[in-house]
Amino acid sequence: MSVLIDKFDVFASGFWLTLQICFLAAIGALILGSVVAVLRISPVPPLRALGTAYVNTFRNLPLTIVMFFAAFGLPALGSNADFLRIPGLDIVFSRLGTDLPYFRFALIALVLYTAAFVCEALRSGVNAVPAGQAEAARSLGLTFIQNLRHVVLPQSWTASVVPLGSVIIAMIKNSALIGFFGVIGDLSQTADQLTSAGGEPFIPVAIGISIGYLIMTVPLGALLDRVERRQAVAR
Amino acid sequence: MTQQSSVLYDVPGPRQRRITLFGSVAALIGLLVGAYFLIYQPLDETGQFSMELWGPLIDPGNENFALVWERLGVGIRNTLIAAALAIVTSLVVGTLLAVLRIQLKGLAQRRYAGLAPQLAYLLRGLNLTLSVVTRFCVEVFRGLPVVITIFFVARGFPEFGITFDNLWYLVIGLTIYNSVVIAEILRSGMQGLAGGQAEAAAAIGLAPLQTTRMILLPQAFRIMLPALISQLVVVLKDTSLGFIISYEETLNIGKQIIGVLDNPIQVYTVLAVLFIAVNYSLSKLAQAVQRRLSRGRRAADTPAQPPAAALASQARISEANGDS
Repeated sequence: MSVLIDKFDVFASGFWLTLQICFLAAIGALILGSVVAVLRISPVPPLRALGTAYVNTFRNLPLTIVMFFAAFGLPALGSNADFLRIPGLDIVFSRLGTDLPYFRFALIALVLYTAAFVCEALRSGVNAVPAGQAEAARSLGLTFIQNLRHVVLPQSWTASVVPLGSVIIAMIKNSALIGFFGVIGDLSQTADQLTSAGGEPFIPVAIGISIGYLIMTVPLGALLDRVERRQAVAR
Repeated sequence: MTQQSSVLYDVPGPRQRRITLFGSVAALIGLLVGAYFLIYQPLDETGQFSMELWGPLIDPGNENFALVWERLGVGIRNTLIAAALAIVTSLVVGTLLAVLRIQLKGLAQRRYAGLAPQLAYLLRGLNLTLSVVTRFCVEVFRGLPVVITIFFVARGFPEFGITFDNLWYLVIGLTIYNSVVIAEILRSGMQGLAGGQAEAAAAIGLAPLQTTRMILLPQAFRIMLPALISQLVVVLKDTSLGFIISYEETLNIGKQIIGVLDNPIQVYTVLAVLFIAVNYSLSKLAQAVQRRLSRGRRAADTPAQPPAAALASQARISEANGDS
């Protein structure tokens, strides 16, 4: 068990890196997902088709393949994802600015993959708003954008917050995959490194790593359960 | 879906349709030009479109074609075997776990008044321990990434001197995670049923286990079928994680092919198309089942909708299928 205390800094830095990529990927996926959701409900048929194609593609691909594409495809396109080296951001998220691109590749893959699920969560919220609301707004002469902005989206938020939360939890769990795609030092890679290269006993390391993930997922899940119960009562 | 989202805007008139048409043609041309310079050119420069790289995958005349597809066939078969085993075991274990948790919850109210006090306390203590343990397992395994579970299984079992084929590590890892998820799906389905179902079963003299088995479980399966099917799609997708423990599934075979032929982009494109085709048809199947079920309910003139609570949690669960 002493490995948990001796190597506490290794676990902590792994946790910190996983937290970083989850935070960045969550923000990216929320932005991209909202754009795709608006595309999917927009009045322009080609945009709707585009949004639907995006969602169908990424929902049906294993994240593993998306990661492989990011790790092999982007270099083949001659890109090291340098556009993610945003000045200022790389002070907090130091991995964004390093010369090794795998953190950025993994981030792109996570964002692309999660955005499809974010889109579906937002859209399920929009569909939960009673049809009469949007019809009333239309009969007042509101345009599509006004309709969304003033009438539908504010009401859809309550219905989409729980699905959105589950998407984010799933994303945190999916982020464990990045350790197997060249990102060094996140929680999952720490497990591999400590047990195989470092020769540490397996059980304590497994416990430490599990605690690291459970700290992120279990409280979020409990919070969602609470929100869900409260909403059930309100309904 | 279409009818619901078209509520958001008026049906476009002739002018709007013209604008849409011209706009999309212009945007399409813009996109094609952009794609040519940003994607096609860099790929073409590195020779990614050459028959040398694509040939083994799409040209039946190529010398490697037969071998490549034979290997891929092995990979696909292994993926399907792992997925089928994992699906069956998770369904069985998940159902048992759901029944166990429901039973324990029912027994928690029982005081065992007819028995000797010590025995009654012992039984109640046992009951409490079991429910705490199952609750703990559910929370832990639901919160752990499935990659980590598989990794731990593959590393942990040899630690205790138990070794299997890689297939079984993958199946056990997938089962641990998915059975817990399936148990929660079924449990929320059973708890979402109207209280009258269990009460009526008790009134005609069914024992608690009989009630669960004959009344609650079949209805929960029915209500939660769409969520269950999408969870099974998740299992199929998750078998691709077998590559981290070097199980020879589709992706791993793909990697081997890449190791020989050095054509990662081409192989992954073909694999992506395969995965999308299979998973997309499975999702469509889930939708068809859902539609059929809701029609069946209306036709049978039973309560038209499943209880709101069950629906809500079902929505939540099916949205949660982000697991790789």
